[in-house]
Amino acid sequence: MKYLYYPGCSLEGTAREYDSSTRAFMTAMGADLTEIEGWTCCGASAAEAVSELLTLVLPARNLALAEAMKPSGRDILVPCSACYLNLKRVEEKTRVSHALRDRINEALAADGLAYQGRTRTRHLLDVVSRDLGAAAVARHLVRPLTGIRVAPYYGCQCLRPYAVFDDPESPRSMEPLIAAAGADLHPWTMGAKCCGASHMNTKMEVGLKLVGAILEAARGADAVVTVCPMCQMNLEAYQRQVARQSGTDCTMTILYLPQLLGLAIGLSPEALRLDLNLAVTGAFLEKLQHTATAA
Amino acid sequence: MALAEETAIELGTMPEAAEALAEIRAMVQPCIQCGTCTGSCPNEFAMDLTPRHMWRLVLLGRTEDVLASRTFSLCSACYMCTLRCPRGLPLTEAIGRLKQLAAPRHLPHLRSGDLFYRNFIDSVRRHGRVREMEFMSLYFAQMMNPWLPLRYAGMGMRLMRRGKVALQLPSRGSGRLAKLFEKVAEMENRP
Repeated sequence: MKYLYYPGCSLEGTAREYDSSTRAFMTAMGADLTEIEGWTCCGASAAEAVSELLTLVLPARNLALAEAMKPSGRDILVPCSACYLNLKRVEEKTRVSHALRDRINEALAADGLAYQGRTRTRHLLDVVSRDLGAAAVARHLVRPLTGIRVAPYYGCQCLRPYAVFDDPESPRSMEPLIAAAGADLHPWTMGAKCCGASHMNTKMEVGLKLVGAILEAARGADAVVTVCPMCQMNLEAYQRQVARQSGTDCTMTILYLPQLLGLAIGLSPEALRLDLNLAVTGAFLEKLQHTATAA
Repeated sequence: MALAEETAIELGTMPEAAEALAEIRAMVQPCIQCGTCTGSCPNEFAMDLTPRHMWRLVLLGRTEDVLASRTFSLCSACYMCTLRCPRGLPLTEAIGRLKQLAAPRHLPHLRSGDLFYRNFIDSVRRHGRVREMEFMSLYFAQMMNPWLPLRYAGMGMRLMRRGKVALQLPSRGSGRLAKLFEKVAEMENRP
Protein backbone atom coordinates (compact mmCIF):
# COMPACT_ATOMS: atom_id res chain seq x y z
CA MET A 1 0.00 0.00 0.00
CA LYS A 2 1.96 2.95 -1.33
CA TYR A 3 0.42 6.42 -1.54
CA LEU A 4 1.44 9.91 -2.51
CA TYR A 5 0.58 12.26 0.34
CA TYR A 6 -0.89 15.76 0.09
CA PRO A 7 -1.04 17.20 3.64
CA GLY A 8 -2.40 20.67 2.77
CA CYS A 9 -1.70 23.92 4.62
CA SER A 10 -3.77 23.29 7.76
CA LEU A 11 -1.86 20.11 8.53
CA GLU A 12 1.32 22.17 8.84
CA GLY A 13 -0.34 24.69 11.19
CA THR A 14 -3.55 24.45 13.17
CA ALA A 15 -4.06 20.75 12.37
CA ARG A 16 -0.53 19.45 13.02
CA GLU A 17 -1.89 16.58 15.11
CA TYR A 18 -3.96 15.42 12.11
CA ASP A 19 -0.73 15.17 10.10
CA SER A 20 1.20 13.40 12.88
CA SER A 21 -1.60 10.95 13.64
CA THR A 22 -2.29 10.20 9.96
CA ARG A 23 1.38 9.40 9.34
CA ALA A 24 1.72 7.39 12.56
CA PHE A 25 -1.48 5.39 12.06
CA MET A 26 -0.98 4.68 8.35
CA THR A 27 2.64 3.62 8.88
CA ALA A 28 1.68 1.31 11.76
CA MET A 29 -0.94 -0.26 9.48
CA GLY A 30 1.73 -0.99 6.87
CA ALA A 31 1.10 1.85 4.43
CA ASP A 32 3.84 3.91 2.85
CA LEU A 33 3.28 7.67 2.37
CA THR A 34 5.46 9.88 0.16
CA GLU A 35 4.80 13.61 0.37
CA ILE A 36 4.27 15.37 -2.99
CA GLU A 37 7.42 17.41 -3.61
CA GLY A 38 6.90 21.15 -3.83
CA TRP A 39 3.16 21.06 -3.14
CA THR A 40 1.30 24.35 -2.70
CA CYS A 41 -2.12 25.46 -1.42
CA CYS A 42 -5.18 23.95 -3.15
CA GLY A 43 -7.04 27.27 -2.97
CA ALA A 44 -9.21 26.16 -0.03
CA SER A 45 -12.61 27.88 -0.10
CA ALA A 46 -10.93 31.22 -0.87
CA ALA A 47 -10.09 30.67 -4.55
CA GLU A 48 -13.73 29.92 -5.42
CA ALA A 49 -14.78 33.25 -3.91
CA VAL A 50 -12.33 35.08 -6.17
CA SER A 51 -11.74 33.34 -9.50
CA GLU A 52 -13.14 30.37 -11.39
CA LEU A 53 -9.89 29.59 -13.21
CA LEU A 54 -7.74 29.92 -10.08
CA THR A 55 -10.11 27.44 -8.34
CA LEU A 56 -8.98 24.85 -10.89
CA VAL A 57 -5.37 25.91 -11.52
CA LEU A 58 -4.20 25.88 -7.88
CA PRO A 59 -5.18 22.24 -7.27
CA ALA A 60 -4.12 21.25 -10.81
CA ARG A 61 -0.58 22.46 -10.02
CA ASN A 62 -0.38 19.82 -7.29
CA LEU A 63 -1.87 17.11 -9.48
CA ALA A 64 0.77 17.92 -12.13
CA LEU A 65 3.53 17.58 -9.49
CA ALA A 66 2.05 14.30 -8.26
CA GLU A 67 1.84 12.92 -11.78
CA ALA A 68 5.55 13.58 -12.34
CA MET A 69 6.60 11.55 -9.29
CA LYS A 70 8.13 8.11 -9.80
CA PRO A 71 7.10 5.35 -9.55
CA SER A 72 3.76 6.27 -11.09
CA GLY A 73 0.41 4.68 -10.33
CA ARG A 74 0.16 5.66 -6.67
CA ASP A 75 -3.12 7.18 -5.43
CA ILE A 76 -2.96 10.59 -3.75
CA LEU A 77 -4.00 10.39 -0.09
CA VAL A 78 -5.61 13.58 1.26
CA PRO A 79 -6.73 13.96 4.90
CA CYS A 80 -8.40 17.40 4.53
CA SER A 81 -11.89 17.31 3.02
CA ALA A 82 -11.60 20.75 1.40
CA CYS A 83 -8.25 19.90 -0.24
CA TYR A 84 -9.72 16.55 -1.30
CA LEU A 85 -12.70 18.15 -3.05
CA ASN A 86 -10.55 20.79 -4.78
CA LEU A 87 -8.14 18.18 -6.18
CA LYS A 88 -10.92 15.74 -7.05
CA ARG A 89 -12.97 18.43 -8.83
CA VAL A 90 -10.11 19.02 -11.28
CA GLU A 91 -9.83 15.29 -11.98
CA GLU A 92 -13.57 14.97 -12.60
CA LYS A 93 -13.94 18.11 -14.72
CA THR A 94 -10.88 17.52 -16.91
CA ARG A 95 -11.94 13.91 -17.51
CA VAL A 96 -15.06 15.13 -19.33
CA SER A 97 -13.60 18.29 -20.89
CA HIS A 98 -10.28 18.24 -22.67
CA ALA A 99 -10.86 21.89 -23.61
CA LEU A 100 -10.83 22.71 -19.91
CA ARG A 101 -7.67 20.66 -19.39
CA ASP A 102 -5.99 22.62 -22.19
CA ARG A 103 -7.06 25.89 -20.56
CA ILE A 104 -5.64 24.77 -17.20
CA ASN A 105 -2.43 23.66 -18.88
CA GLU A 106 -2.03 27.02 -20.58
CA ALA A 107 -1.94 28.58 -17.09
CA LEU A 108 0.29 25.83 -15.62
CA ALA A 109 2.84 26.41 -18.40
CA ALA A 110 3.70 29.67 -16.60
CA ASP A 111 5.13 27.42 -13.88
CA GLY A 112 6.65 24.95 -16.34
CA LEU A 113 4.07 22.28 -15.50
CA ALA A 114 1.45 20.23 -17.34
CA TYR A 115 -1.35 17.94 -16.19
CA GLN A 116 -2.25 14.84 -18.20
CA GLY A 117 -5.23 13.63 -16.13
CA ARG A 118 -3.70 10.41 -14.79
CA THR A 119 -4.00 11.00 -11.04
CA ARG A 120 -6.45 9.49 -8.57
CA THR A 121 -7.21 11.51 -5.44
CA ARG A 122 -8.56 9.65 -2.40
CA HIS A 123 -9.82 10.93 0.94
CA LEU A 124 -8.20 9.47 4.06
CA LEU A 125 -11.56 8.00 5.18
CA ASP A 126 -11.93 6.29 1.79
CA VAL A 127 -8.47 4.71 2.14
CA VAL A 128 -8.90 3.73 5.79
CA SER A 129 -12.39 2.27 5.33
CA ARG A 130 -11.82 0.48 2.00
CA ASP A 131 -8.09 -0.13 1.42
CA LEU A 132 -7.26 -0.94 5.04
CA GLY A 133 -10.71 -1.87 6.30
CA ALA A 134 -12.18 -2.57 9.72
CA ALA A 135 -10.87 -6.15 9.72
CA ALA A 136 -7.28 -4.92 9.54
CA VAL A 137 -7.88 -2.51 12.41
CA ALA A 138 -9.35 -5.40 14.41
CA ARG A 139 -6.23 -7.52 13.64
CA HIS A 140 -3.98 -4.73 14.96
CA LEU A 141 -6.14 -4.11 18.04
CA VAL A 142 -4.12 -4.03 21.27
CA ARG A 143 -6.11 -1.55 23.36
CA PRO A 144 -9.87 -2.06 22.89
CA LEU A 145 -11.55 1.29 23.62
CA THR A 146 -14.16 -0.48 25.72
CA GLY A 147 -16.81 1.79 27.21
CA ILE A 148 -15.88 4.80 25.10
CA ARG A 149 -18.84 6.11 23.13
CA VAL A 150 -17.98 7.79 19.83
CA ALA A 151 -20.06 10.04 17.54
CA PRO A 152 -18.77 9.85 13.94
CA TYR A 153 -18.77 13.25 12.23
CA TYR A 154 -18.18 13.22 8.47
CA GLY A 155 -18.97 16.80 7.49
CA CYS A 156 -19.66 17.71 3.88
CA GLN A 157 -16.93 17.77 1.29
CA CYS A 158 -15.58 14.23 1.62
CA LEU A 159 -19.15 13.08 0.85
CA ARG A 160 -20.57 15.67 -1.53
CA PRO A 161 -20.88 16.46 -4.37
CA TYR A 162 -18.83 13.36 -5.38
CA ALA A 163 -20.25 10.30 -3.62
CA VAL A 164 -17.25 8.00 -3.89
CA PHE A 165 -17.10 5.73 -0.85
CA ASP A 166 -20.19 6.36 1.26
CA ASP A 167 -23.82 7.47 1.25
CA PRO A 168 -23.67 11.26 0.81
CA GLU A 169 -26.61 11.91 3.17
CA SER A 170 -26.49 9.05 5.67
CA PRO A 171 -22.83 8.03 5.80
CA ARG A 172 -21.82 4.95 7.78
CA SER A 173 -18.24 4.16 6.73
CA MET A 174 -16.80 5.04 10.15
CA GLU A 175 -19.12 2.69 12.06
CA PRO A 176 -17.27 -0.58 11.37
CA LEU A 177 -13.97 1.17 12.19
CA ILE A 178 -15.30 2.41 15.55
CA ALA A 179 -16.59 -1.09 16.29
CA ALA A 180 -13.22 -2.59 15.32
CA ALA A 181 -11.55 -0.22 17.79
CA GLY A 182 -13.71 -1.73 20.52
CA ALA A 183 -15.60 1.53 21.08
CA ASP A 184 -19.36 2.08 21.18
CA LEU A 185 -21.30 4.04 18.58
CA HIS A 186 -23.24 7.16 19.58
CA PRO A 187 -26.24 6.98 17.26
CA TRP A 188 -27.16 10.36 15.79
CA THR A 189 -28.25 12.03 12.57
CA MET A 190 -25.76 14.94 12.56
CA GLY A 191 -22.85 13.11 10.93
CA ALA A 192 -23.27 14.70 7.49
CA LYS A 193 -24.55 18.12 8.60
CA CYS A 194 -22.52 21.26 7.88
CA CYS A 195 -20.32 22.82 10.61
CA GLY A 196 -20.48 26.24 8.94
CA ALA A 197 -16.96 26.02 7.47
CA SER A 198 -15.37 29.48 7.22
CA HIS A 199 -18.53 31.22 8.50
CA MET A 200 -16.89 30.98 11.91
CA ASN A 201 -14.40 33.60 10.68
CA THR A 202 -16.71 35.91 8.76
CA LYS A 203 -20.20 35.34 10.21
CA MET A 204 -19.60 33.88 13.65
CA GLU A 205 -23.23 34.02 14.81
CA VAL A 206 -24.23 31.72 11.92
CA GLY A 207 -21.35 29.32 12.53
CA LEU A 208 -22.06 29.11 16.26
CA LYS A 209 -25.63 28.05 15.55
CA LEU A 210 -24.60 25.16 13.30
CA VAL A 211 -21.83 24.00 15.65
CA GLY A 212 -24.20 24.32 18.62
CA ALA A 213 -26.70 21.94 17.02
CA ILE A 214 -23.97 19.36 16.38
CA LEU A 215 -22.50 19.55 19.89
CA GLU A 216 -26.01 19.39 21.38
CA ALA A 217 -26.73 16.17 19.49
CA ALA A 218 -23.38 14.73 20.57
CA ARG A 219 -24.34 14.91 24.25
CA GLY A 220 -24.00 11.46 25.76
CA ALA A 221 -20.97 10.59 23.65
CA ASP A 222 -17.43 10.58 25.08
CA ALA A 223 -15.92 11.95 21.88
CA VAL A 224 -16.76 13.21 18.41
CA VAL A 225 -14.46 11.98 15.67
CA THR A 226 -13.73 14.11 12.58
CA VAL A 227 -11.96 13.71 9.21
CA CYS A 228 -11.40 17.38 8.30
CA PRO A 229 -9.29 20.13 9.93
CA MET A 230 -11.98 22.77 9.47
CA CYS A 231 -14.72 20.63 11.01
CA GLN A 232 -12.31 19.79 13.85
CA MET A 233 -11.46 23.45 14.52
CA ASN A 234 -15.10 24.55 14.45
CA LEU A 235 -16.20 21.79 16.83
CA GLU A 236 -13.31 22.09 19.31
CA ALA A 237 -12.40 25.80 19.45
CA TYR A 238 -15.73 27.54 20.06
CA GLN A 239 -17.35 25.37 22.75
CA ARG A 240 -17.24 28.21 25.29
CA GLN A 241 -18.95 30.67 22.94
CA VAL A 242 -21.62 28.09 22.09
CA ALA A 243 -22.22 27.46 25.80
CA ARG A 244 -22.48 31.20 26.49
CA GLN A 245 -25.04 31.55 23.69
CA SER A 246 -27.17 28.51 24.48
CA GLY A 247 -26.77 28.55 28.26
CA THR A 248 -25.94 24.83 28.35
CA ASP A 249 -22.58 23.17 28.81
CA CYS A 250 -21.38 21.46 25.65
CA THR A 251 -17.86 20.44 26.63
CA MET A 252 -16.88 17.56 24.33
CA THR A 253 -13.71 15.75 23.33
CA ILE A 254 -13.05 16.16 19.61
CA LEU A 255 -10.53 13.79 17.99
CA TYR A 256 -9.33 13.08 14.50
CA LEU A 257 -10.21 9.58 13.24
CA PRO A 258 -6.55 8.40 13.01
CA GLN A 259 -6.06 9.52 16.63
CA LEU A 260 -8.93 7.32 17.82
CA LEU A 261 -7.90 4.33 15.69
CA GLY A 262 -4.24 4.92 16.57
CA LEU A 263 -5.02 4.63 20.29
CA ALA A 264 -6.83 1.35 19.61
CA ILE A 265 -3.86 -0.18 17.78
CA GLY A 266 -1.58 0.75 20.66
CA LEU A 267 0.03 4.02 19.56
CA SER A 268 0.71 6.40 22.43
CA PRO A 269 -1.23 9.66 23.00
CA GLU A 270 2.15 11.40 22.57
CA ALA A 271 2.79 9.84 19.15
CA LEU A 272 -0.75 10.83 18.11
CA ARG A 273 -0.19 14.35 19.49
CA LEU A 274 -3.31 14.42 21.67
CA ASP A 275 -1.56 17.26 23.53
CA LEU A 276 -2.21 19.53 20.53
CA ASN A 277 -6.00 19.05 20.46
CA LEU A 278 -8.00 21.99 21.81
CA ALA A 279 -10.76 19.89 23.38
CA VAL A 280 -9.82 16.69 25.21
CA THR A 281 -11.65 16.45 28.53
CA GLY A 282 -10.30 15.05 31.79
CA ALA A 283 -13.20 12.61 31.84
CA PHE A 284 -12.15 11.26 28.43
CA LEU A 285 -8.51 10.83 29.48
CA GLU A 286 -9.67 9.02 32.60
CA LYS A 287 -11.73 6.56 30.55
CA LEU A 288 -8.77 6.12 28.22
CA GLN A 289 -6.51 5.40 31.19
CA HIS A 290 -8.95 2.69 32.22
CA THR A 291 -8.74 0.97 28.81
CA ALA A 292 -4.93 1.15 29.00
CA THR A 293 -4.82 -0.67 32.34
CA ALA A 294 -7.39 -3.20 31.18
CA ALA A 295 -5.31 -4.04 28.10
CA MET B 1 -35.80 46.62 -7.90
CA ALA B 2 -37.16 47.28 -4.43
CA LEU B 3 -34.43 45.37 -2.65
CA ALA B 4 -31.61 47.12 -4.49
CA GLU B 5 -33.15 50.53 -3.86
CA GLU B 6 -33.58 49.89 -0.15
CA THR B 7 -29.94 48.98 0.30
CA ALA B 8 -28.84 51.72 -2.10
CA ILE B 9 -25.93 49.78 -3.54
CA GLU B 10 -23.64 51.31 -6.12
CA LEU B 11 -23.14 48.48 -8.54
CA GLY B 12 -20.84 50.26 -10.98
CA THR B 13 -20.42 48.32 -14.19
CA MET B 14 -23.87 46.79 -14.42
CA PRO B 15 -23.87 45.78 -18.10
CA GLU B 16 -20.83 43.60 -17.43
CA ALA B 17 -22.53 42.12 -14.37
CA ALA B 18 -25.67 41.41 -16.38
CA GLU B 19 -23.57 39.55 -18.95
CA ALA B 20 -21.92 37.41 -16.30
CA LEU B 21 -25.27 36.76 -14.66
CA ALA B 22 -26.58 35.47 -18.00
CA GLU B 23 -23.95 32.70 -17.84
CA ILE B 24 -25.05 31.78 -14.33
CA ARG B 25 -28.68 31.88 -15.44
CA ALA B 26 -27.90 29.30 -18.11
CA MET B 27 -26.54 26.99 -15.38
CA VAL B 28 -29.87 27.06 -13.49
CA GLN B 29 -32.26 27.50 -16.44
CA PRO B 30 -34.13 24.19 -15.88
CA CYS B 31 -35.04 25.20 -12.28
CA ILE B 32 -38.66 24.30 -11.50
CA GLN B 33 -38.84 26.40 -8.29
CA CYS B 34 -39.60 23.36 -6.13
CA GLY B 35 -37.75 24.76 -3.11
CA THR B 36 -35.74 21.61 -2.33
CA CYS B 37 -32.63 23.85 -2.17
CA THR B 38 -34.23 26.04 0.49
CA GLY B 39 -35.35 23.03 2.50
CA SER B 40 -31.84 21.53 2.33
CA CYS B 41 -29.80 24.64 3.19
CA PRO B 42 -28.27 24.73 6.69
CA ASN B 43 -27.77 28.53 6.51
CA GLU B 44 -31.20 29.48 5.18
CA PHE B 45 -32.26 30.79 8.62
CA ALA B 46 -29.75 33.64 8.28
CA MET B 47 -30.51 34.60 4.65
CA ASP B 48 -32.56 37.58 3.50
CA LEU B 49 -33.75 35.70 0.38
CA THR B 50 -34.37 31.96 0.44
CA PRO B 51 -32.21 30.07 -2.08
CA ARG B 52 -35.29 29.29 -4.20
CA HIS B 53 -36.24 32.97 -4.27
CA MET B 54 -32.68 33.97 -5.22
CA TRP B 55 -32.63 31.49 -8.12
CA ARG B 56 -35.93 32.95 -9.33
CA LEU B 57 -34.35 36.43 -9.41
CA VAL B 58 -31.35 35.01 -11.28
CA LEU B 59 -33.71 33.51 -13.84
CA LEU B 60 -35.45 36.86 -14.20
CA GLY B 61 -32.11 38.58 -14.76
CA ARG B 62 -32.56 40.89 -11.76
CA THR B 63 -28.83 41.39 -11.21
CA GLU B 64 -29.12 44.27 -8.73
CA ASP B 65 -31.47 42.38 -6.43
CA VAL B 66 -29.30 39.26 -6.47
CA LEU B 67 -26.11 41.18 -5.67
CA ALA B 68 -27.89 43.24 -3.00
CA SER B 69 -28.78 40.09 -1.05
CA ARG B 70 -26.50 38.28 1.40
CA THR B 71 -27.88 34.89 0.39
CA PHE B 72 -25.07 33.66 -1.85
CA SER B 73 -22.42 34.89 0.60
CA LEU B 74 -23.99 32.70 3.29
CA CYS B 75 -23.39 29.49 1.31
CA SER B 76 -20.90 27.30 3.19
CA ALA B 77 -20.50 24.91 0.23
CA CYS B 78 -22.03 21.86 1.95
CA TYR B 79 -23.41 20.70 -1.45
CA MET B 80 -26.67 19.43 0.07
CA CYS B 81 -28.80 21.40 -2.43
CA THR B 82 -26.62 20.19 -5.32
CA LEU B 83 -27.05 16.61 -4.12
CA ARG B 84 -30.82 16.85 -3.74
CA CYS B 85 -31.84 19.12 -6.64
CA PRO B 86 -34.37 17.04 -8.64
CA ARG B 87 -33.18 18.78 -11.83
CA GLY B 88 -29.56 17.89 -11.09
CA LEU B 89 -28.41 21.53 -11.28
CA PRO B 90 -24.89 22.56 -10.14
CA LEU B 91 -26.29 24.98 -7.56
CA THR B 92 -23.25 25.24 -5.26
CA GLU B 93 -21.02 25.87 -8.26
CA ALA B 94 -23.42 28.55 -9.52
CA ILE B 95 -23.23 30.18 -6.06
CA GLY B 96 -19.44 30.21 -6.47
CA ARG B 97 -19.92 32.13 -9.72
CA LEU B 98 -22.13 34.65 -7.92
CA LYS B 99 -19.37 35.12 -5.32
CA GLN B 100 -16.86 35.69 -8.15
CA LEU B 101 -19.24 38.18 -9.77
CA ALA B 102 -19.61 40.14 -6.52
CA ALA B 103 -15.95 40.03 -5.36
CA PRO B 104 -14.44 42.75 -7.61
CA ARG B 105 -17.36 45.08 -6.83
CA HIS B 106 -16.45 45.31 -3.11
CA LEU B 107 -20.08 45.50 -1.99
CA PRO B 108 -20.28 46.91 1.56
CA HIS B 109 -22.72 44.28 2.85
CA LEU B 110 -20.30 41.51 1.82
CA ARG B 111 -17.20 43.19 3.29
CA SER B 112 -16.17 40.59 5.90
CA GLY B 113 -16.16 37.72 3.39
CA ASP B 114 -14.42 39.84 0.76
CA LEU B 115 -11.57 40.84 3.06
CA PHE B 116 -11.22 37.34 4.52
CA TYR B 117 -10.88 35.60 1.16
CA ARG B 118 -8.74 38.34 -0.41
CA ASN B 119 -6.20 38.20 2.43
CA PHE B 120 -6.27 34.40 2.39
CA ILE B 121 -5.53 34.17 -1.32
CA ASP B 122 -2.86 36.93 -1.11
CA SER B 123 -1.08 34.87 1.50
CA VAL B 124 -1.18 31.89 -0.88
CA ARG B 125 0.22 33.99 -3.73
CA ARG B 126 3.11 35.19 -1.55
CA HIS B 127 4.10 31.93 0.16
CA GLY B 128 2.56 29.16 -1.92
CA ARG B 129 0.87 27.99 1.27
CA VAL B 130 -1.49 29.91 3.48
CA ARG B 131 -0.04 31.35 6.68
CA GLU B 132 -2.99 31.31 9.03
CA MET B 133 -1.76 33.85 11.59
CA GLU B 134 -0.51 36.31 8.98
CA PHE B 135 -3.69 36.45 6.94
CA MET B 136 -5.98 36.57 9.98
CA SER B 137 -3.97 39.55 11.36
CA LEU B 138 -4.30 41.40 8.04
CA TYR B 139 -8.01 40.53 7.92
CA PHE B 140 -8.59 41.90 11.43
CA ALA B 141 -6.60 45.05 10.65
CA GLN B 142 -8.62 45.76 7.51
CA MET B 143 -11.97 45.07 9.16
CA MET B 144 -11.16 48.04 11.48
CA ASN B 145 -13.41 46.71 14.22
CA PRO B 146 -11.48 46.78 17.51
CA TRP B 147 -13.83 44.23 19.11
CA LEU B 148 -13.53 41.60 16.38
CA PRO B 149 -10.06 40.20 17.28
CA LEU B 150 -11.22 39.81 20.89
CA ARG B 151 -13.72 37.15 19.81
CA TYR B 152 -10.77 35.06 18.58
CA ALA B 153 -8.17 36.08 21.18
CA GLY B 154 -8.76 33.10 23.49
CA MET B 155 -8.48 30.65 20.63
CA GLY B 156 -5.39 32.44 19.27
CA MET B 157 -3.66 32.10 22.63
CA ARG B 158 -4.49 28.39 22.83
CA LEU B 159 -3.13 27.86 19.31
CA MET B 160 0.08 29.76 20.08
CA ARG B 161 0.61 27.88 23.34
CA ARG B 162 0.56 24.68 21.31
CA GLY B 163 2.94 26.11 18.74
CA LYS B 164 0.32 25.73 16.00
CA VAL B 165 0.54 29.34 14.88
CA ALA B 166 3.25 31.93 15.41
CA LEU B 167 3.23 35.70 15.17
CA GLN B 168 4.62 36.55 11.73
CA LEU B 169 5.23 39.85 10.08
CA PRO B 170 3.63 39.96 6.64
CA SER B 171 6.41 39.41 4.15
CA ARG B 172 6.69 41.41 0.96
CA GLY B 173 8.10 40.53 -2.43
CA SER B 174 6.54 39.24 -5.61
CA GLY B 175 5.58 35.84 -4.23
CA ARG B 176 6.15 32.18 -4.94
CA LEU B 177 3.03 31.73 -7.07
CA ALA B 178 3.12 35.24 -8.58
CA LYS B 179 3.74 34.03 -12.15
CA LEU B 180 0.85 31.58 -11.99
CA PHE B 181 -1.51 34.18 -10.51
CA GLU B 182 -0.51 36.72 -13.17
CA LYS B 183 -1.11 34.22 -15.95
CA VAL B 184 -4.56 33.33 -14.58
CA ALA B 185 -5.49 37.01 -14.31
CA GLU B 186 -4.31 37.64 -17.86
CA MET B 187 -6.38 34.69 -19.18
CA GLU B 188 -9.49 35.80 -17.29
CA ASN B 189 -9.23 39.39 -18.52
CA ARG B 190 -9.13 38.43 -22.18
CA PRO B 191 -12.14 39.79 -24.05
